[in-house]
Amino acid sequence: METFYSILPELIRIVVCAVCGAVIVFGNALVMGYAERKLAGHIMLRPGPMEVGPHGIYQLVIDGLKLMGKQLVVPAKADPLLFRFAPLLAFAPVFVPLLVLPFSEKIQGFDLDIGLLVILALASINLLAILIGGWASNNKYSLFGVFRAVSQNVAYEIPMLLSLLAVVFMTNSFSLKAVVAAQSPVWFIVIQPLAFLIYLVSIVAETNRAPFDLPEAESELTAGFHTEYSGMSFSLFVLAEYANMFIVSSVATVFFLGGSSGIPLPYFEYSGIIWFMLKVYSLMFFLVWIRWTYPRTRFDQLMNFCWKYLIPFALVNLLITVVMVKLL
Amino acid sequence: MKSYFSELFTGAWSLILGLKVTIKALVSPIVTVQYPREKIVVTPNYRGHIDLIKFADTGAHKCISCGSCMRECPSDCIVVEGEKREGVKGKVLTIFTLDFTKCSLCGACVEVCPTKALDYSNEYELAGSTREQFHFDLLKRVEERE
Repeated sequence: METFYSILPELIRIVVCAVCGAVIVFGNALVMGYAERKLAGHIMLRPGPMEVGPHGIYQLVIDGLKLMGKQLVVPAKADPLLFRFAPLLAFAPVFVPLLVLPFSEKIQGFDLDIGLLVILALASINLLAILIGGWASNNKYSLFGVFRAVSQNVAYEIPMLLSLLAVVFMTNSFSLKAVVAAQSPVWFIVIQPLAFLIYLVSIVAETNRAPFDLPEAESELTAGFHTEYSGMSFSLFVLAEYANMFIVSSVATVFFLGGSSGIPLPYFEYSGIIWFMLKVYSLMFFLVWIRWTYPRTRFDQLMNFCWKYLIPFALVNLLITVVMVKLL
Repeated sequence: MKSYFSELFTGAWSLILGLKVTIKALVSPIVTVQYPREKIVVTPNYRGHIDLIKFADTGAHKCISCGSCMRECPSDCIVVEGEKREGVKGKVLTIFTLDFTKCSLCGACVEVCPTKALDYSNEYELAGSTREQFHFDLLKRVEERE
């Protein structure tokens, strides 16, 4: 009983963090799902969702209800166990990185010394889920989507890591709180603009979004890896995609845009979350914006761009950073 | 080596120009008309199905039941009938129907009408679930119109 009381605060903390994580994941999917369709509409000079509620704000709620009511169809030749397992594997790991993110000075689940590694490791599980889902569907479109997803994600993880590593060399810490603290006079986007640019390009490929959405290219692959998925199992993939967008944008905010720093507000230890969210959603707006601007790249162009441009530039940038850190 | 960097810079510049195009589109007003609630004004030159004109000076149509339109119609979709009445000069129109399922909108009836009593209507919302909905009674239409 003694030990129970001693770990009780920690247990409550874990429960509260998990609930807040779930709220962020679902809330973010609602907001981004609506914003994406609305922005897509306005970029194409049409209004987007307009029917359900004022300016269609309840559209995503209705969509969610519809998806929940749909039958979960498992194809006859599919691997029944892996087919059901893949969406869960895509969706479950997105909660953990949210526990590590420093939303403001005081609002943070757990400040781990290996915060960045946790995020990157769990973010790449999403790829494994895509691989399992596409393979288990037993569908040629899904399989081709998975081929593309794996080669693309493996390639783009390298420049992403290298660009983040340049910042880690400067701060000498994997802890996200320490990285935010190190940017108190100037944000790292000023010192490391190239790394920020490389990171930005890589996260578009990592989250499988246009113009790098080859794993789900509608015109060639129907819907890519989630061709066979319906109802909630499909929407878990979508939820995971939006949550991953949120996570990679948060990492960009923490590493390059100064985390929760900004013009001080009252109770800044807590209200810094406003600046944090503002930066994250500006980045997500940018991701939506480029999605509706650029056409999809060809696959050889995509891989050439990574191996010929991003990785050499990231390596040179890292080398220069290391030399400068050593000299200064 | 030179083309490597020039490609990078021209590519990046074209990407920025592309972003400029879409952000301009994002803030410009939408052009979609929310159809059942909003409607665009139809041009008066629109050639819908034919209709009898209601003339403002007499408050009635000018059809003399001559049947020129009925004879001229290549699709045989117009039926005109008139009758002689006591004390009225000429014939009085009793039936003027248009079978719009057969009409090819050629306009020969409008051209041939000796009293210029026919014109094209601006009717464009012509969805229906039965064939009979497109058998228009033009006489009734002109009488009901204000």
